[in-house]
Amino acid sequence: MVALASQGQYMTLALFLDLFMHFCMLSLLAVGGALAIVPEMHRYLVTDLQLLTETTFSQSVTLAQIAPGPNILLVAVMGWNIGLQAAGGFEAGWTAMGMGVLMATSLLIAAVLPSSLLSYFTVKWLQLHQHARSVRAFRSGMLPLVMGLMLSAGWLLQTASNPTMDWRLLLICALSMLLVLKTRVHLLWLMLGGAVLGAVLGL
Amino acid sequence: MSFESLAVSKAPRSRTDLFVSFTWLGLQGFGGVLAVVQREIVDRKQWMTLSEFAEEWALAQTLPGPNVVNLSVMFGGKHFGPTGALAAMAGLLLFPGLLMLAIVLSFQAFAHVPMVASALHGMGVAAAGMVMAAGWRFGPSLLQHPIGRPLAVALTVVSFVLAALMHWPLVKVIGLVGLVSFGLTWWRLQAKDST
Repeated sequence: MVALASQGQYMTLALFLDLFMHFCMLSLLAVGGALAIVPEMHRYLVTDLQLLTETTFSQSVTLAQIAPGPNILLVAVMGWNIGLQAAGGFEAGWTAMGMGVLMATSLLIAAVLPSSLLSYFTVKWLQLHQHARSVRAFRSGMLPLVMGLMLSAGWLLQTASNPTMDWRLLLICALSMLLVLKTRVHLLWLMLGGAVLGAVLGL
Repeated sequence: MSFESLAVSKAPRSRTDLFVSFTWLGLQGFGGVLAVVQREIVDRKQWMTLSEFAEEWALAQTLPGPNVVNLSVMFGGKHFGPTGALAAMAGLLLFPGLLMLAIVLSFQAFAHVPMVASALHGMGVAAAGMVMAAGWRFGPSLLQHPIGRPLAVALTVVSFVLAALMHWPLVKVIGLVGLVSFGLTWWRLQAKDST
C-alpha cells in the first residue's frame, strides 16, 4: 500500500496489517456483542496509536448506536475515519474517500470473520449433540443471563443519550418500551417520534 | 429442545430470501438490530418461536463476536449451509453499512446544529426503550424456567445489577451468572431425567 501522509500519521502496510490483526483478535474477544469492545478500541485507536481523536471516537459510537444496522458497523465508521484522516481528510477529495471505504470494509471484515467461523462450526457441533444434557442445560440455563443483559444494554443506551437523567427523556424511553410491548406500531415511527420530541422540546 | 414448544416455526425459502430479509432487518434496526430481529423473525416471519429465539439468542450472545451477525450466520448456516450463512450476513452488513456511511457523511455536515443534537438524544432514548422491551418479552419464558421462578428472576436481577449498575466487565458477568445458572439448570434437568 502507498504511504499517505497526514497529521504525522502514515498508513503503511505494516500499520494496516497491525490494524487488521487487532480487529480479528477483538472479534474473538467481543463476548456479549459489539458494544463490549468499545473500551478496548478506545485504548488501541485513541490512546495508543492516536489514529482517532477523542471527539471523532465518541461521535462514531453515538452515530453507530442511533443509525439503523448492527452495532458492529461501528467498526466500519472507525475504519472510515481512520482511512479518511490518514489520506488527508475531506480536502484530499476522492483519494481520501476511497481510502475511507477501503479501511471501513477491511476492518469490518476483520471484526466479523473469526467470530462468524466460530459460530458456524459451534452450531454444527451443537446440532449433533442437541440431546446431551449439558447442551440443553446450556441453552435454557442462559435465559436469565440473556434477559438481564438485554435490559442492561437498554439501560446503558438510555444513559448514553441521557447522562443527566432528564425526566422527559426517561419518559420518551418508557413510552417507547410500552408501545413496543403493547402495540404493533412500526419501530421507525417510534424513532421518528423520539427525534421530533427531542428536537421540539430542545432536549 | 425448548422448554415451551407450543408454536411451530416456518423456514426461509431461499438464499435470496435470507439476504433480502436480513437486509430489511438491518435497515430498520435501531440501537442495534436486536429489538427488530425478535419482532421480524419471531412475530412476522415466524422463522422461530419465541423460546427457540431465546435459545439461539443465548448462544449468539455467549459466543464472541457481534450478536446479530452470529445469529445470522447460525440461522443461515442451519438452513442453507455456508452460502446461506454468507447470504444472511451479507444482507445484514452490506446495505446497512452503506447507509451508515451516508449518515456519517451527512452528520459531519450538520453536527453543529443544536436541533440535530436534540433530535439525536430523543432517538437515542427511544431506541433504548425498544431494546428494553425486547428483553422484557422473555418474561413469560423466564417464569417457566426449569430452575423455578424465584431463582430465575433472581439471576436476571443479579445480571442486570452487575452489568448495568455496577459496570462489571462482561466476561465476569457471563462467567459468574452464566456458570451458576448453567449449573443449576443442569442439576434440575438431571433430577427430571432420572425420574
